[in-house]
Amino acid sequence: MIDPRLSVIDERLGRIKRLIAVASGKGGVGKSLIASTLALILSEKGFRAGLMDLDFTNPSTHLILGAESAYPLEDKGVVPPKVRGVSYTSISFFTGGKPSPLRGEDVTNAFIEILALTRWGDLDYLVIDTPPGMGDALLDLLRLIKRVGFLVVSTPSRLSLETIKKLIEILRSVRAQVIGVVENMASAEMKSIRGEVEELGERYLGSISFDPEVEEAIGNPDKLLGIRFAEDLRKVADKLV
Amino acid sequence: MHEWALAEAVVSAASKLAGERGLGKITLVKIKVGELQQIDLEVFKFALSQIAEKLLPEAGFEISVERAEFRCRACGRTWRFRGEELDPEIREAIHVIPEVAHAFLRCPRCGSPDFEVVKGRGVWIESIVGEKSG
Repeated sequence: MIDPRLSVIDERLGRIKRLIAVASGKGGVGKSLIASTLALILSEKGFRAGLMDLDFTNPSTHLILGAESAYPLEDKGVVPPKVRGVSYTSISFFTGGKPSPLRGEDVTNAFIEILALTRWGDLDYLVIDTPPGMGDALLDLLRLIKRVGFLVVSTPSRLSLETIKKLIEILRSVRAQVIGVVENMASAEMKSIRGEVEELGERYLGSISFDPEVEEAIGNPDKLLGIRFAEDLRKVADKLV
Repeated sequence: MHEWALAEAVVSAASKLAGERGLGKITLVKIKVGELQQIDLEVFKFALSQIAEKLLPEAGFEISVERAEFRCRACGRTWRFRGEELDPEIREAIHVIPEVAHAFLRCPRCGSPDFEVVKGRGVWIESIVGEKSG
């Protein structure tokens, strides 16, 4: 038996110029915040930007964007709603805020379903927020979307750094594009990972200072774009476009 | 209606399959639809006929529906999907992404969310019938 959904994925993504997956391997480093804010910044710069939340068991981009009431339009597929100019999709549309405990096979199926049904249309950038870990979501991403580039996020912590080293090793082994590394939650007290990143032969895209205002800005894209976190991320975005 | 998107996927996959197998034309596509998908069969058939007009003009479509069945991984209980007992919003959500059933359904015996969809999920091409080209 053949799963026909796989045959339309390339076509569904065909009018997207660039796909950027935000990944880290480790949880709690700010992937979802960076992915959401990056999509907002790209849209602010005048690009047609989209955001796909791949964290099916614990999505959070809808909370960051204040998009709890957003819902897609069903028109010969699923048309993502726009949230402050960003075409947006998340499993949270369909789970109604309830926990969705999914095993690997279910994660794969949900991902394929979303890829096969979503009509993104013309986009300059699609930012993909990935869940922590190097499990099903990452492997599916590598299998199903060949031309995705990875924006790797780490904190200055050695624990985070060691994890991204493993992630980069995996990405290199399958010849996936590593766009570079962003250092999040940087502070004067912590040594920067810039040297280690460059030693790895990867591009250090910049650091984002720890910003206590982030918490207050969650759920309010306008506020989010006005804080230092976004200011630092804009400098990173400038290197991507 | 995302029946159109699924119909598009079926026609595209059948057409690619025909190319791989050297079939000049396809006369029949047998499709299995899982109950969990809750597809509107009339819309799906109409979408298939419209989309196939250009790519597979001589194809007929035979559709069978497979009942959905779950098995609890915690206690082993099996049970059937009863979409008619669910709220319309939940039905709609499961219709779009069947995996969200895990957010709304629980094992009727032990209450676990850890169950597998034994059958009745997805849309599948079971077989295609055609004629070799040349």
